[in-house]
Amino acid sequence: MKKHTSSYLWKVSALGITLLALLTGCDRRYLVFNPSGPVAQKEFDLIVLSAVLCAAVVIPVLILLFYIVYRYRDKPGNKAPYTPEWNDSKILEIVWWGIPVIIICILGVYTAKTTYSLVKPPVTDVKPITIQVTSLDWKWLFQYPDQKIATVNYAEIPAGVPVQFQLTSDSMMNSFWVPELGGQEYTMPGMAMRLWLQADKPGTYFGSGANFTGRGFAHMKFKVVAKPQAEFNQWAKQIKKSAPALTQERYDLLTKKGLAEKQSFSSYPESLFHNTIDRNGGKYMKPEMKHGGHDMSMMDHDK
Amino acid sequence: MADKAKGFFVTGDPLIYGADVAIVITLLGILVFLTFFKKWGWLWREWLTTVDHKKIGIMYLVSSLLMLFRGGVDALLMRMQLAFPNSHFLDSQHYNEIFTTHGTIMILFMAMPFMFALFNIVVPLQLGARDVAYPFLNALSFWLFFFGAMLFNLSFVVGGSPDAGWLSYPPLSELAGSPGPGQNFYIWGIQISGIGSLATGINFLVTILKMRAPGMKLMKMPLFSWSVLASCITIIFAFPVLTVTLALLFVDRFFGAHIFTATGGGNPMMYVNLIWMWGHPEVYIVVLPAFGIYSEVVSTFSKKKIFGYKSMVFSMMIISVLSYFTWVHHFFTMGAGADVNTFFAITTMAIGIPTGVKVFNWLFTMFRGRISMTQPMLWTLAFIPCFVVGGATGVMLAVAPADYQYHNSYFLIAHFHQVLIGGVVFGYLAGLYYWWPKMFGFKLNDRLGKWAFWTWNIGFYVCFMPQYALGFMGMTRRVYTYGWDMGWAPYNLVSTGGAFLMGIGFVFQVWQILYSIKNGERDLTGDPWNGRTLEWSIPSPAPLYNFAHIPKVRSDDAWWDMKEHKHGAASEKENKEFEPIHMPKNSGIPFFMAACWFVAGFGLTFEWVWVGIAGLAGVAICLLARSFQRKTDYYIPVDEIKRTEASLGRVV
Ligand code: HEM
Ligand SMILES: [Cu+2]
Ligand SMILES: [Cu+2]
Repeated sequence: MKKHTSSYLWKVSALGITLLALLTGCDRRYLVFNPSGPVAQKEFDLIVLSAVLCAAVVIPVLILLFYIVYRYRDKPGNKAPYTPEWNDSKILEIVWWGIPVIIICILGVYTAKTTYSLVKPPVTDVKPITIQVTSLDWKWLFQYPDQKIATVNYAEIPAGVPVQFQLTSDSMMNSFWVPELGGQEYTMPGMAMRLWLQADKPGTYFGSGANFTGRGFAHMKFKVVAKPQAEFNQWAKQIKKSAPALTQERYDLLTKKGLAEKQSFSSYPESLFHNTIDRNGGKYMKPEMKHGGHDMSMMDHDK
Repeated sequence: MADKAKGFFVTGDPLIYGADVAIVITLLGILVFLTFFKKWGWLWREWLTTVDHKKIGIMYLVSSLLMLFRGGVDALLMRMQLAFPNSHFLDSQHYNEIFTTHGTIMILFMAMPFMFALFNIVVPLQLGARDVAYPFLNALSFWLFFFGAMLFNLSFVVGGSPDAGWLSYPPLSELAGSPGPGQNFYIWGIQISGIGSLATGINFLVTILKMRAPGMKLMKMPLFSWSVLASCITIIFAFPVLTVTLALLFVDRFFGAHIFTATGGGNPMMYVNLIWMWGHPEVYIVVLPAFGIYSEVVSTFSKKKIFGYKSMVFSMMIISVLSYFTWVHHFFTMGAGADVNTFFAITTMAIGIPTGVKVFNWLFTMFRGRISMTQPMLWTLAFIPCFVVGGATGVMLAVAPADYQYHNSYFLIAHFHQVLIGGVVFGYLAGLYYWWPKMFGFKLNDRLGKWAFWTWNIGFYVCFMPQYALGFMGMTRRVYTYGWDMGWAPYNLVSTGGAFLMGIGFVFQVWQILYSIKNGERDLTGDPWNGRTLEWSIPSPAPLYNFAHIPKVRSDDAWWDMKEHKHGAASEKENKEFEPIHMPKNSGIPFFMAACWFVAGFGLTFEWVWVGIAGLAGVAICLLARSFQRKTDYYIPVDEIKRTEASLGRVV
C-alpha cells in the first residue's frame, strides 16, 4: 500500500514537471529555443534532432523498465516465466549494439556537417562586419574597426548582416555567449578567436560571460542590440560625433578590477586590440599553437 | 603577531567562526572521550596502524561520508544563495570558495574514497583472497588520502579556501589571479591524496591479476571485480597526468614560471587540455565500479545469472580505453577547429554505445527473473531511469555545435549531477546497503531506508530538472547572483527545495545507520541475500584472515555454484585440516609518513620553505625506516583459527 502511494506521487510529479516544461517551452525566456539568426537556428535544429534521437532510445527503455519490474517482481503467485539460467542471446545483443550504432552514425554526420559550416560566415551574399571583443575584469569592451568607435558592456549590430566577432581577453579566460544569436566561444589572453553570429531581425539580445573569472563574474552581462543597417549607421555616426575618446589612460582604468557602466567612445588608440593580444603573450605564440594554425596577427586562425 | 594571526586565520564571517568553534569542540570531545574511556591504545592498535583491508575500507567509508556531509553543506549554502534573486546571503568571494570546495570535495574526497572503501571491503573477499597484494601500501594510500583531505579542508579556517573552480584554470589559478594560500591548499591537498589514489590503483590491479582463488579464471571473475580492474587501469594512466599538471601549476606559482600563462611563452590551453586528460577519465573511474555494483545487485535480487556477461566485460573495457579519447568535449568552444571538434564529438557519442548496452543487459537480467525490492535493488532501479536520461543529455552535449549553447550553462550542471548522483552516488549507496551486513554483521533498517530513498529521489528530480531549463534560459554556472529580469527565479527556488529534500534524505540515512547499530537485524548466516559470489561464503563480519580455507572455484557465480552442487564451503564434508595463515603485521609508518606529507604540504602552501623541507625529510626518514624493517609478517596459529571459526558458528 505504502509503495503504491509513493510511486504514484513520483509519477504525478514527473508528469507535472514534463508538462510544465512543455507548456512553457516556447516562452521567450527560453533563449536557446528562440533562435534569432542563422547560427542559432542551426544549433537549435541540432538540439532538436539530438533530443529526438535520444528520446527514441530513452522512451522504450523506460517503458521496458517499468514493464519488466512490474511483471517479474518476486510476489507469491506471480505466474510470469522464470528462467534463472538464461543469460545469453546473440540476436538481442546484436539488436542493442546495432541500434545505438545507427543512431550515433546519423547524429555524427549531422554534427560533422554543422561543425564545419559554423566556422564560415552564415551567409555569403552580404558583406560581414567585424567587432573586436575584449573581456576585462569585469566588463566587456567592443571595438568597431570599420567605424573606429568602441563601447563598453553593450554592442549594436546591423540586423541581417553576418558579424565576425574577434575575441580576446586582457585578464582571465572568459567565454562570450549570446544564446539567441548562436553559441559561445572562449576569450583568451594572448590569443584571438573568431565567432560568427547574425541577427535576422532587429531586437535586443541577452549576452553574458560564461566562463568563470572571479569576483565580478556574475555581473558580466551585456546587451546586443540589432538594428536595421540605416539606423545602425546613424547610431555609429552619433557616437563618432558626441562620445568621448577612449584614450590609453581611460583604457588602463577599464583594465582595473571592478564593474563598469555602459559607455561609448568615438575613437580608441591605434591597434589597441592587437597590442592587447601581443602584450598578453601573443608575440610568443608559435604558428602551430595558434588556433587552426593561421597567423595570429591576421586574426583568421580559426578559418 | 596579532596581525600575522589575522592573515593566517580566516576571519570576518559568522559561518567560519561557527566552524572554528565546532572544530575545537569536536577535537576536545574526541580527546576527552579517548582519554576517559582509555581508548588510545585501542585506536592505535586497531585502526591507525591497521593493514587489514576491511578496516581500511571502513575508515575510507567513514571519511567519505563525512566529506559527503561537508560537500552537501556547501551545496545547500549555494542553493540557499541562489534561491532568490539579488540575494545577499553569501557574497561573491564566499560563493566562489564554496563551489570550488564543493566540486573538489565531492569528486576527490567523497566519490574516490567511497569507491576505495568498496574496493577494500569487497574485492579480496570476492576473489577468495586473504588480503590485497600490498597491504602496507594500502594503509599508506588511505592515510595519504586522509591527510590530503584534511589539508584541503583546513583551508576553510586557516589561510582561506581556493576559489578558482574545482579544475582551477589558469590564468585565474595563477599567482596573479589567485594570490594567497587558497590555491596552494588545492594543489597540495589533491597532490597528496592523488599519490594515494595512484597507489590504490596499482594495488588493486595487482590484487585482481595475482590474488584470485585457484580456478577463478578472469572470465569467471565477478563483475564488480571486473569493474574495479577497468577503473584501476584508468587510474594508472590518468592520475600521473594530474600529478604533473598540478606540479607544473605549482612551479608557476612558486617559482614565477610561465608554463601556463601566455606571457613569456607559456600556454593556458595546455593546462585545460592536461587537466581534462585526467578529469574526463576520472568520471569513468568513479562510475565503472558503480556499474559493477549494479551488475552484482541486479543478478542477486533477480535470482538470475547476469545477462550477457561477456558483453558486460567487453563494454567496461572499451569504456576505459575510449575514456582517453574524449577529453576535448569539455572545451569545444576553445577554438580547436572543426576537425578536432568533430573527432571528439564522435568519440564521445561512441562511449554512449557500450554504456547503453549495459543498461539493456541489466534489463534483461531482470527479465524472467524474480525481482525482490530490497534496498540495494531500489537504488539500482532508481539509477536506471536517472542514468538513461543523464546519458541522453550527455549525448546531446557531445554534439559539438549544440554544445556551443550548453557549455558552461546550467544544462551542463544538471547533466553531470544526473550522471554523478544518479550513476555514481546511487551506485555506491546500492553497494553500501548490499555489503553492509558483510562489513558489520547486521542489516540496515528498511523503513528508514525507504524514507531516505524516496526523499533522495524525489529531491533529485526537483533539484536538477529545473536546472536543465535554466540552462536553456541562458543561466551560466558559477554566478553567485542574478536579477528578476531573466525569469530564472521560480526555477531556482524549486531547485533549492529539491536540494533540501536530498539533504533530508541524507539525514534519514544517518538516522538509519544509528538506529540499526542498536536494533538492526543480525546476520548470522553470512549470506543474508542468498548471494552468488564468494564474499557471501564466509561469516559476517569476515574474520581477520577472510577465508580459513582458500576456496576452489569451478564456475562463475562461484558461491551460487557451491550452494547448488553442495561442494566447497557449502559442503561440510569437504572441510580439511587448518593450516597456519600468513598475515602482514600492523605498522605505524603509513600514518607517520602521511602526517609528514601533511606537514610538507602545509609548509609549501604557506611558502614556509623550511617547514616544507622538514616534512619531506620526515617522509624520507619514514621510507628509510620501512626499508630496514625486517619482521613485517607473522602466522596465525591453527588453534586461533579454530577458536575464531568456532566462535563464528562454523564447524571445526
Ligand atoms: C547533494 C546534492 C547536490 C547539490 C544540491 C549540488 C549543487 C551544486 C551546485 C548548485 C553547483 C553549481 C555551482 C555553481 O555553478 O555556482 C554544483 C557544482 C558542482 N557539483 Fe554539485 N551538488 C550536489 C552533489 C554533488 C555530487 C554528489 C557531486 C560529485 C560526485 C557534485 C559535483 C559537483 C561538481 C564537480 C561541481 C562543479 C563545481 C564547479 O566547478 O562549478 N555535486 N553542485
Ligand atoms: Cu587559445
Ligand atoms: Cu568528459
